[in-house]
Amino acid sequence: MLLVAVGIGVLAVIVSAILGPKKASRAKLMAYESGNDPEHGGVGTNQRFPVHFYLVAMLFIIFDIETAFFYPLAVAYQKLIPFAFFEALTFVLLLLVGYVYVLKKRVLEWA
Amino acid sequence: MPDWLIAALITLLKAVLVALALLTTFAYMTLVERRLLARMQIRWGPNRVGPMGLLQPLADAIKSIFKEDLQVTMADKLVYTLAPIIAIGMALTAFGGIPAGPAGSLFGADPWVYNLDAGLLALLALTSMGVYGIFLGGWASGSKYPILGGLRSSAQMISYELGMGLSILGTLMLIGSLNFRVIVEWQALAGWTVLFQVFAFALFLLSSFAEVNRTPFDLPEAEQEIVAGYLTEYTAIKWALFQMAEYVNMITASALMATLFFGGYRGPVFLDGLIPGISGWPIIWLVVKIAFFLFLFIWVRATLPRFRYDQLMRLGWKLVLPAALTNTMLVAFYLAFLKPAGLGLWFLGLLSLAGLLGLFLMSDRVRALWSAPAAPKVPVKPARPVGGD
Repeated sequence: MLLVAVGIGVLAVIVSAILGPKKASRAKLMAYESGNDPEHGGVGTNQRFPVHFYLVAMLFIIFDIETAFFYPLAVAYQKLIPFAFFEALTFVLLLLVGYVYVLKKRVLEWA
Repeated sequence: MPDWLIAALITLLKAVLVALALLTTFAYMTLVERRLLARMQIRWGPNRVGPMGLLQPLADAIKSIFKEDLQVTMADKLVYTLAPIIAIGMALTAFGGIPAGPAGSLFGADPWVYNLDAGLLALLALTSMGVYGIFLGGWASGSKYPILGGLRSSAQMISYELGMGLSILGTLMLIGSLNFRVIVEWQALAGWTVLFQVFAFALFLLSSFAEVNRTPFDLPEAEQEIVAGYLTEYTAIKWALFQMAEYVNMITASALMATLFFGGYRGPVFLDGLIPGISGWPIIWLVVKIAFFLFLFIWVRATLPRFRYDQLMRLGWKLVLPAALTNTMLVAFYLAFLKPAGLGLWFLGLLSLAGLLGLFLMSDRVRALWSAPAAPKVPVKPARPVGGD
């Protein structure tokens, strides 16, 4: 499936590259910036971005690991009750402490 | 020919079939979307190319193939080309695991391309790989708007992925399997999961709208704000591939909702009384459910305005995430204590409904979490009366 799917993508790009016209000019290849000459463009130039994106990514990693731990628990849950309930509760409560800390630190405010 | 070769060939054939079906659906989905949006705005959609505009998708496809394939000078050549391929590859692959019927119902073959025990996990993993396509595309364009769109979309998609992953945990606890077929068969016996998990379904619906970048969450490509986001520097077929990936993700999300919450390829059993065996018609029920959810996607697009970015992130982190965790613990509590006490699944359904209603009732208070920028509370001093003392 992966093979076929990627194959379709590659094929489409190649066919289009063969069939399409090729009349590039300097103005055409300029990055879009409402008709102005682009400033600070280009890959790898040190543009600056809000640290929020970084924080969200970190939080995502933490909570996604939580989700990853939760999946096996969820699938095997019915065999482990009621013991597993308290385990899950402890885990969630611990995470909740971190979550409340994050909330209080106002990390999730995008103002 | 040895057996494994035949099996491999059949799988390959099915993969090609699924991919072509998805691409056709995508093409006609664009037409249907335009027509429906037009109807909702009291005008005609495309109706010139072919009868009822039926050849419009074909014309679009041919046009985008014959367009010039530009590459902005500042772009990173390899990644720029690779990004749409990643996007479409992951989007198409994710759909292959969804079963369209019981084993052997596709002319003697199994109606799925691959069947994994951890099918749900694989699907979630593949859909989240789509983030790479979008973000790399934005980054490699070497221009401002695409980078901004790419950053936005990656932050948005990973945030709502959490909500998505957590909101289905309750369902998994009930069913105890990640295999799609087991999930569908469980629902055939016990009833659709949405009956017991309406709260989780609402959260899942919300997250999947955000996950596939549809209105009201289509900020990465908000035309009025940042031109076309990560698509700004893409032309011709590469642009079309991104669009394709978005729509295919929509179809996959619809199929996932149908499979997880609405009985998958099984129809409602009570209809069996009218026409015997109608609930087991292969594929048709899945297609009907997918079509319904796709209609919902379009309907919502025509109805709701877009969120602001801070509202979007707050909604994801402050509402969906804790609500999904609550739902999970609710199901855990039910399974651990209430079910042994003799309360049936209907009770869980009531609990879940109560959760949803509670959310609605609290909506003003909840909305304050994500619509108003939480200002630090400054006590207002009463003005001193003039004169006096």
